[in-house]
Amino acid sequence: MDLNYTAEELAFQQEVRAFMEEKLPKRLADKVKHHKRLTKEDMVEWHAILNSAGYLTGHWPKAFGGLEWNAIERTIFDEEMTAANGPRQVPFGLNMLAPVLMAFGSPEQQQYYLPRIADGQDFWCQGYSEPGAGSDLASLKMTAQRDGDHYVLNGQKTWTTLGQYANKIFCLVRTNKEGKPQEGISFILVDMDTPGVEVRPIILLEGTHEVNEVWFTDVRVPVENLVGEENKGWTYAKYLLVHERSGIAGVGAAMAGLSYLREIAQDQQKDGKPLLEDPFFAARLSEIEIDLAAMRTTNLRITQADNDGAPPGPETSMLKVKGTVLRQSINDLTRRALGPYAMPFVSEALDAGYNEEPIGPDYANPIAGDYFNHRKTSIYGGSNEVQRNIISKMMMGL
Amino acid sequence: MLADMAGRFVREQYPIDTRHEHAAAELGFSRESWAEMAELGLIGALFREENGGFGGTGFDIALMFEEIGRGLVVEPFLANLLGGTALAHGSDSQKEIVEAVIGGETLLAFAHGEPTGRYDLAHVHTTAKPTADGYVLNGNKSVVISGDSADFLVVSALIEGDQPNEEDVTLFLVPADQDGVHRRGYPTIDGYRAAEIALKDVVVPADAMIGAKGQGLSIVHDVVARGTLAVCAEALGAIDAAIDLTLEYLKTRKQFGVPIGKFQALQHRMADMMTEREQIRSGVINAAGHLDATAGERDWHISALKNLVGRSGRMIAEESIQMHGGIGMTWEYAVGHYAKRIVMIDHLFGDVDYHLERIIKLGKAA
Repeated sequence: MDLNYTAEELAFQQEVRAFMEEKLPKRLADKVKHHKRLTKEDMVEWHAILNSAGYLTGHWPKAFGGLEWNAIERTIFDEEMTAANGPRQVPFGLNMLAPVLMAFGSPEQQQYYLPRIADGQDFWCQGYSEPGAGSDLASLKMTAQRDGDHYVLNGQKTWTTLGQYANKIFCLVRTNKEGKPQEGISFILVDMDTPGVEVRPIILLEGTHEVNEVWFTDVRVPVENLVGEENKGWTYAKYLLVHERSGIAGVGAAMAGLSYLREIAQDQQKDGKPLLEDPFFAARLSEIEIDLAAMRTTNLRITQADNDGAPPGPETSMLKVKGTVLRQSINDLTRRALGPYAMPFVSEALDAGYNEEPIGPDYANPIAGDYFNHRKTSIYGGSNEVQRNIISKMMMGL
Repeated sequence: MLADMAGRFVREQYPIDTRHEHAAAELGFSRESWAEMAELGLIGALFREENGGFGGTGFDIALMFEEIGRGLVVEPFLANLLGGTALAHGSDSQKEIVEAVIGGETLLAFAHGEPTGRYDLAHVHTTAKPTADGYVLNGNKSVVISGDSADFLVVSALIEGDQPNEEDVTLFLVPADQDGVHRRGYPTIDGYRAAEIALKDVVVPADAMIGAKGQGLSIVHDVVARGTLAVCAEALGAIDAAIDLTLEYLKTRKQFGVPIGKFQALQHRMADMMTEREQIRSGVINAAGHLDATAGERDWHISALKNLVGRSGRMIAEESIQMHGGIGMTWEYAVGHYAKRIVMIDHLFGDVDYHLERIIKLGKAA
């Protein structure tokens, strides 16, 4: 395969690089680089900046206002944006709901919701997992009962990322209790301010609030909020999972994380020399670089196949497993690079407006928390166990 | 015996919610709880009889800290083990302070590490300038465990006029409220407390010296060997708790109509975790049994243990979270707190690679 970008791709890369230099606010890039907390306003601001150039929806088809980027262009954009420390886009509306609406939504739903995703009027979150339905998602229990022109929703969703900021949630709900569990699931759109919707925070092990429980008590949702057909929601959810392979490997994030780790290891001292020169540390770092170089090409090979129209396969699962483990190993080595200064943790220092002197090096405070927080990546989005099941089922012929 | 008492205390009076309450208090622990623990003799278990204690062997320390790990106890056992071990090398009046520590009245901290020293025990840039009747200390000490609540600090320094040579490191006992001692306390990611300590023209009398001039580093090695054994045993206790929780979860959490523990992919990983736990337990026994051997033998077994705990402890901590799934990521559920402690112990007294390098330098196992 050709590892080089074409002239057009190189020109696109330059264009994105110039955009990031010019338009990415330094305040946001600093927050991302130093692992500070982003506020809702930060996320909305960044989406608006990306949208002003059409980049936010660059991967959408032209028919829906996108630029119809192919997988290579998406990869280039992702790498340039993460290298510049641009905040990651909030994916729920943009990359998760939008493709489902484009494929299965009514023209009215497409015309109403897609522009609102692009221009930031709606902030979406995802209602998939339930306390009893994690890896076994099809066993979900939240019900939607038809009552005239409405569905009445009852039940609980969990692990709802950024639910505290969202005004809309897309949910998988049970509309039929008969037959196979997969066959009684529907996909429905809910206004978070409908009476009966309650968001409760879940605090993560390192003290941050990213995810929530969302409770539904007799929530009345108009029937036109159903996406596609009743009891076909599982098909739509699966469509979403297998088609969302671009970016799943997190190559851009890994490259940015590795370059930050190098910076830290250059600053950290061991026996009077930069830690980067310590053979033990250098060995650990080099192993990660070896994995990342291969990962980058694996990702290109698979996204190129995507470009060529090959159907999504278990390779997506490989990208998920290897990509998350690789990024976690970078988090792990970054924590170790700090030595004793990995231990201090002042939570307030992660918020904007904290002006006290840092404890130890100014980059140290968020690192250990990040290491623990990123354990989530091998759990969410289909745990790595589920991904390995997919690989086994689809590739081994056992 | 005392370890059994500690175990019962943890089981009956130290549930995880109590632990979090203590950690969130201004001191970062409960003074009342500490007094109760002293009353039960749990602090005394860490020290030899000649210093007013009722134990002090490697096994006494290991058994006690295993229980501390099982309860994620935030009361300052570690800092007082370190400080008390240092003072046991000191004068009679300094040894009396150890008795007050055992009684729970006085708190110590071991102020040795410095900002750019990483894990290097010989890295001491703090200076002690001799005066007519004592010394003046200047320097910075970093990540001093429980340094914000201590009454006295054990401070390492180089006596000025000497070359910066590790032979010249000397320890001093400094009251924490002495003029010129500036402390900035803060929480650690795993729920404990530490402090950055600046010493600016801190005047101490000649009898503040612990042991002899230039004896500091050999005392530091003794202190750190005990501290390292202690935190490794603590990790073992936390590993026990994490494995118990994970096993319980495998048995009760159902997906696809069966308890997830029925899946062989998870069974094998749990089997590996349990095997590694036994390896760590053996490492603790080896190190405890060699704690009072020659320095070379002691340090080999201590470093072997610390490397093992760093490697396998991380695996067990990460797998415990992973096998729980989302619930393992939450503050409300205990397993994440055990995982945090197990992993952060890698940052106390040298990490995996520090001890690997030390093992290579020490050569073959004695």
